Amino acid sequence: MVALVGNPNTGKSTLFNALTGLRQRVGNYPGVTVARKSGSCDLGNGTKVELVDLPGLYSLAATSPDEQVVTDALSGNISEERQPDAVILVADATNLLRNLFLASQLAELGLPVALVLNQADVAKEQGLRIDTGLLSERLGGIPVVMASAWKGEGVIDVRRAIALTLERKTLLPRVVWPEKILAALEDITAAILKDTGRQVTSAEAQRLIFDSNSALAERLQWKAEHRDPVIRQGRETVRQSGYNPLAAEPLVHYARLRKALEGVVKEGAARASRSAAVDRLLLHRFLGPVLFAGIMLGFFASVFWLAKFPMEWIQSGVDWTKTVVAPPLDAYPMLQSLLADGIIGGVGAFLVFLPQILILFLFIGILEDSGYMARAAFIMDRLFSWCGLNGKSFVPLLSGFACAIPSLLSTRTIEDPKARLATAFVVPFMSCSARFPIYALMCAAFIGPVYGPGWQSVVMVGMHCVGLFFAVPTAFVLTRLVLKVKPQPFVLELPRYQMPKPRDVLWRMWQNAAEFVSKAGTVIFAITIIVWALSYFPRDASVAAHIKAANPTAAEEVVKAKVQAAYVEQSYMGSFGKAVQPVFDPLGFDWKITVGVLASFPAREVIVSTLGVTYSVGEGAKADSQHLRKAMKDAKWSEGPRAGSPIFSLAAVLSLMVFFALCSQCGPTIATLAQETGGWKWAAGSFVYMTALAWVAATAVYQVVIRIS
Amino acid sequence: MTPLSQLLPGQFGKLASLNPERAVDQRLMALGLLPGMILKLVRKAPLGDPLAIEFGGQVVSLRLSEAESLIVDVAADCPIQRPQATS
Repeated sequence: MVALVGNPNTGKSTLFNALTGLRQRVGNYPGVTVARKSGSCDLGNGTKVELVDLPGLYSLAATSPDEQVVTDALSGNISEERQPDAVILVADATNLLRNLFLASQLAELGLPVALVLNQADVAKEQGLRIDTGLLSERLGGIPVVMASAWKGEGVIDVRRAIALTLERKTLLPRVVWPEKILAALEDITAAILKDTGRQVTSAEAQRLIFDSNSALAERLQWKAEHRDPVIRQGRETVRQSGYNPLAAEPLVHYARLRKALEGVVKEGAARASRSAAVDRLLLHRFLGPVLFAGIMLGFFASVFWLAKFPMEWIQSGVDWTKTVVAPPLDAYPMLQSLLADGIIGGVGAFLVFLPQILILFLFIGILEDSGYMARAAFIMDRLFSWCGLNGKSFVPLLSGFACAIPSLLSTRTIEDPKARLATAFVVPFMSCSARFPIYALMCAAFIGPVYGPGWQSVVMVGMHCVGLFFAVPTAFVLTRLVLKVKPQPFVLELPRYQMPKPRDVLWRMWQNAAEFVSKAGTVIFAITIIVWALSYFPRDASVAAHIKAANPTAAEEVVKAKVQAAYVEQSYMGSFGKAVQPVFDPLGFDWKITVGVLASFPAREVIVSTLGVTYSVGEGAKADSQHLRKAMKDAKWSEGPRAGSPIFSLAAVLSLMVFFALCSQCGPTIATLAQETGGWKWAAGSFVYMTALAWVAATAVYQVVIRIS
Repeated sequence: MTPLSQLLPGQFGKLASLNPERAVDQRLMALGLLPGMILKLVRKAPLGDPLAIEFGGQVVSLRLSEAESLIVDVAADCPIQRPQATS
């Protein structure tokens, strides 16, 4: 196995795609939400080797889970995974010094290394000439090759370099530390062996001394009372050698690299920097935000509107399949309903998210690979930093107004694990498009006709802000009080602008969609089947017969709607709805609304058609259905203290909308949240928190408005 | 000696000191920002925070609150270097 390692923005993934030709497998590292990408790489000499693309990082001093995975993988500390046989370091040829810092740290691991100077075309354009022979000589004779993965140039040389590294096993020369520091490192290794019985390498001992808070310390299970004095002693020794222990590593490595690079890079006639010129426009004080708003508006409009067409196609495809599959099963109504509403509906339930996921990741791919994503974060950071998020939270939160599912997947672009988790947690608060039908129905039926179109618009806009209003304090409390992880510094490289490579962008779209279908998709499917069963059973044939007998003269349509309503009423879902109606009584919901609310937990947009069923106007009710509006306007409380007064009072209407704005009524969101946070803990937390919050807020709205009006 | 945040956009300075105890400074040191390094405050974000600084051929963004321990020497002889390779 060979590991591909390098700084972010070096074109490492492009090179990985070029080397493996998309014959890749994507999985997860055990216990963390870090993707493991591996593929088979042809070495050009008839042999193949497994290549692993490790997350990009600047230094082995790991602070995030992504970075920790790299150090763990390289030292063979990941269960069920071998230590790599060799490391391919991908460096940006235009900034060798910084890129080689990682190489210099890697040397301490004692693994064979080959160096790829990628983006050679840009270096050439900038007038840089690199003497690879001299560089190889200075680096202990390791293979050094130039490549331009974007253009597909030099990839064959990289294959040869990998073969050569595996054959010759050339090591990078290690830093010659002062005697005293070496002795201190040996003392630490010995102490660990004595206290824990584990043999660690000098590289690992260095992490313990040089990193202020190394994750290694915890993994070794080295008791603090044993560990702290030893490490303190080690740092003291480093200090006596004239170095601040926390600065020694970069000082020593950079000093050595400066010497190693002398005469290696020859700078020719410089050309004015194009990126700087583009930044003068895109990051301009006034024009920058305007252009930013334009780009993001275009981006959001695409996710929102462009995805509508393929979503409608999928929906009509699903409906068409039902009409084809259902009729032959007319004799078996249960099987028919299971197949049409359960299975086909369940497949449709996650397929329908694919257009938005694909379009969102197309845009994210373009934004990230072009280098604009970092600028977007730079422009927006100030607005997010005070509540514990960062500039990179913007894109997920914006796309949350279209749909939470792709947005949750897009939180992967946030490097800081704390900000990533907090962003994912508040994404479901954004008013997604599935909330629109219930707002539209309520506003058109009860707000517009009574208070006029002005108030109707105010309420519509207001409902879209309710979630945001609660999301901000939620993020604040979560990052300050709940999440105890240290925040990552927001040090973000603003990389060179670059033309995105279509193959990389499309490949990433595909990988994200495939992962969603295989992980969250199965959960969504299961939820749909369960909810189908709860609202189908029990189904006693006598109910239908009884209604038909009682309404001998009524039209077939009317009878059908009544039968449907009766079946829902006596299904498990209906009985449960009636039983828990008292819980929703303070919100002003009768049992019919309660059943609608319960049936909407897997997917909130179901509320309109469920209300259609419970109000006996038929299954296909839409937000603009006149029958449904009339049935709702006519609905009155039949018993209790409110008997005779309309169910859909202003208070109940507002309370219902607020409830839908805040409640966690989306199975796919919960499934995706679990997928992205690596477990059900945060998904369950989100469900309980949002649902409780919705109940409290809707109760408050109902109780206040009913007293005022 | 001036805190980095006092620099004007476009102004150069030589890094005089930083605080290795801080996570931000550790990250910047790994990127090659060490005492003696010439840096340039490229610009501030439209809302005044964060800052974009250039050193060693790269542009890096950092927050004002994170930049407070970076002290630069503006009076030092800061050669106007060739435009760094950041095209």
